[in-house]
Amino acid sequence: MKTVLRARKILKRFPGVVAVNGVDFEVYEGEILSLVGENGAGKSTLIKILTGVLQPDSGEIEVMGEKVSFKSPLDAFSKGISVIHQELSLAENLTVVENVFLASEVTRGRRTLFSRVSMEEMNSRTKELLSTIKARFEPDTLVSKLTTAEKQMVEICKALSKKPKVIFMDEPTSALTISEVKALFEVIRDLKRRGISIVFVSHRIEEILEISDRIIVMRDGKRVATMNRKDATVDYLIKAMVGREVEFFPRVDTNPGEVILEVRNLKWRDRVKGVSFELRRGEVLGFAGLVGAGRTETMHLIFGIEEPEEGEIFIKGKKVEIRSPRDAIKLNIGLIPEDRKLQGLILTMSVKDNIVMPSLRHISNFGWILNERAEEKLAEEYVNLLKIKTPFIHQISENLSGGNQQKIVLAKWLSTNSDILIFDEPTKGIDVATKAEIHKMIRELASSGKGVIMISSELPEILNLSDRVVVMWEGRITAILDNSNRQLTQEEIMYHASGQSKKVMV
Amino acid sequence: MFRKKENSHRSFKELGPIIAFLSLAAFTAVLNPRFLTPFNLQTLGRQIAIFGILAIGETFVIMAGGGAIDLSPGSMIALTGVMAAWLMTHGVPVSVSALLILAFSIGVGVWHGFFVTRLEVPAFIVTLGTLTIARGMSAVITRGWPIIGLPSSFLKLDQGSIIGIPIPVWILVLLGLIMDFFLRKTIFGKHLRAVGGNETAARFSGVNVNRVRMITFMISGFMAGIAGLIVAARLSQGQPGVGSMYELYAIASAVIGGTSLTGGEGSVLGSIVGASIISLLWNALVMLNVSTYWHNVVIGMVIVVAVTLDVLRKRIRG
Repeated sequence: MKTVLRARKILKRFPGVVAVNGVDFEVYEGEILSLVGENGAGKSTLIKILTGVLQPDSGEIEVMGEKVSFKSPLDAFSKGISVIHQELSLAENLTVVENVFLASEVTRGRRTLFSRVSMEEMNSRTKELLSTIKARFEPDTLVSKLTTAEKQMVEICKALSKKPKVIFMDEPTSALTISEVKALFEVIRDLKRRGISIVFVSHRIEEILEISDRIIVMRDGKRVATMNRKDATVDYLIKAMVGREVEFFPRVDTNPGEVILEVRNLKWRDRVKGVSFELRRGEVLGFAGLVGAGRTETMHLIFGIEEPEEGEIFIKGKKVEIRSPRDAIKLNIGLIPEDRKLQGLILTMSVKDNIVMPSLRHISNFGWILNERAEEKLAEEYVNLLKIKTPFIHQISENLSGGNQQKIVLAKWLSTNSDILIFDEPTKGIDVATKAEIHKMIRELASSGKGVIMISSELPEILNLSDRVVVMWEGRITAILDNSNRQLTQEEIMYHASGQSKKVMV
Repeated sequence: MFRKKENSHRSFKELGPIIAFLSLAAFTAVLNPRFLTPFNLQTLGRQIAIFGILAIGETFVIMAGGGAIDLSPGSMIALTGVMAAWLMTHGVPVSVSALLILAFSIGVGVWHGFFVTRLEVPAFIVTLGTLTIARGMSAVITRGWPIIGLPSSFLKLDQGSIIGIPIPVWILVLLGLIMDFFLRKTIFGKHLRAVGGNETAARFSGVNVNRVRMITFMISGFMAGIAGLIVAARLSQGQPGVGSMYELYAIASAVIGGTSLTGGEGSVLGSIVGASIISLLWNALVMLNVSTYWHNVVIGMVIVVAVTLDVLRKRIRG
């Protein structure tokens, strides 16, 4: 088999850590290669080096047997190495065509900054690209009007327009629904058939086992295992990634107590259309549904991010008005939001400052003068409790890995001692070991008498952690299912999540 | 154990500007010994006080991020000065006039805050409006002529001094201490940095973002009012043309002192040092007999170079 991309003894140091420690890496023609490892294992750094974003301290890279050195992503691009980042990087205010040909516009005659662009040519080429990946939107659509999955298709088109040999995809599935993941996999397989190699990064083991031809495992900056798809098993893979056995879903007996939160007929725009449910102490209430089913919006109404247009909220049987997150915090509600970088953390502030943010009022003198020592004590307590890996609590949170950042967000809300905790996709993009820790903690919180709501798009997570499952579809609750014996199945939830039950009932 | 190190590392962000200030002062003193005369130092101190007070207010506004800025202080100096002069020459006691002026300038801050938080108008536009309106109103009130005949007790606000240090400098020190405490030791200060760092996350953490923004504009308004009173006392009159472009010097002082225009970062000490550098430049140019026509040219270039160096320094370290 032909080697398209080969890297030898890649080494990259950051202050205090060797991120990539002498790694060899090779991609064969037309293969789907998965690169897996925990957060902080060095995958992202390696990918950045191979795609020209970072330069290695030592080591060499070859493309099609020719030695290269990438000074910038553009260099890598021109050698046929494309990358689709986890955080999509499209200009939202431009159309699909404009994005696909951004900085490589087709012009009439010679190409200069002021040449006239040939719109027809670009349109027809984009149309062609879109049809090869079976995308169903027009080239002149504004990118801001597309769904996440569609935007990803635009990124893929953009990559394809450069006739790449290898496409790196960094966690392309983390924001997709199950059916969208299926569609993406179809595209990936199609690209493979056309001889393009794919390097795929994901934290979802099932996906890796489904799509890969070959799997490379990294741990602590080193390549620790390589396996063909047929030799890989879930257990083997996890052991290679984590370096030890991981206890997955903790089994616990549940003992739901009084109703702590009741929501009646909440309505907001066309996103939440009359939602009612109850949450009891000691239970984990799972919220399943497709992306856009209104789960996050419902929680935002309860947490005061948005105000409901209709409906009532009761806490411990008492009707309450929640107009802002401050009101919600005063009522002992905590929300661990979906997007930790945008909503959960202030990246420019320290680990400590982030953790104490919602608790400041309680630990400050006279309610307004900061008490540095109390803050440090609280932050240290939760850094230790959640095993947050940080050199010191005054570290700027931007410098921590994704899993540890997520733990900061958790620490922030655990430290407020809230009675009601709402987790919105708590393990999205989180590595296996941290995921297991978070799962264990969610169960422990419930057993300690708190009411826990967990939105998740990962059905195994929902099935294994929840005592009851609320299924939403297009702003409505289509089912509230008992799962106290863990007897629910994925099919049952999918049935309600796709609105099938509604159709039958009508 | 690591903690001490980190803190000391942080508080030294102002070191660069302080060194720049001291070198420029030494340079000027060597070339013209008259620089070190008590008279000149007092003049310099008075100028630092004005720019420093404005820069502190500006720092609070800019720190809230989201493109927040206050363009009104220069015109507000004229308007508050003119209003103070009008009140005092119409029989209102000095202390009452001063209090009314301060209440008014805080009110202007509330006006800015209201447009920015409730109506979501960009701060740049709202305060640009005030820049024009306040300048215009001072002309309306005075019909273009300065208001003279202010009570001598009021003039002490600028012209008086305690142990040889001009009163405006004392005011700057006092306000600086209070505002520094506010910024570093209170929940408000931490909330301000949070809003500037990531407004959405701050809101999700229970920070009342609108209130924080409102308070920053009130502080900036208040500081402009104080500066307006001091300038009126300095000129012994209400002058409708005074303070022009001061808002830009205030912004430049804040940025030279380490305030990030994207929000979240800034310090009171830094703003004062920034204001000192700009004031010193004016003073040095006079001392070194540079033609006044060149003053603005030189200062503009220094601002660009200073901020560029700071950006480069951050990039190398970061």
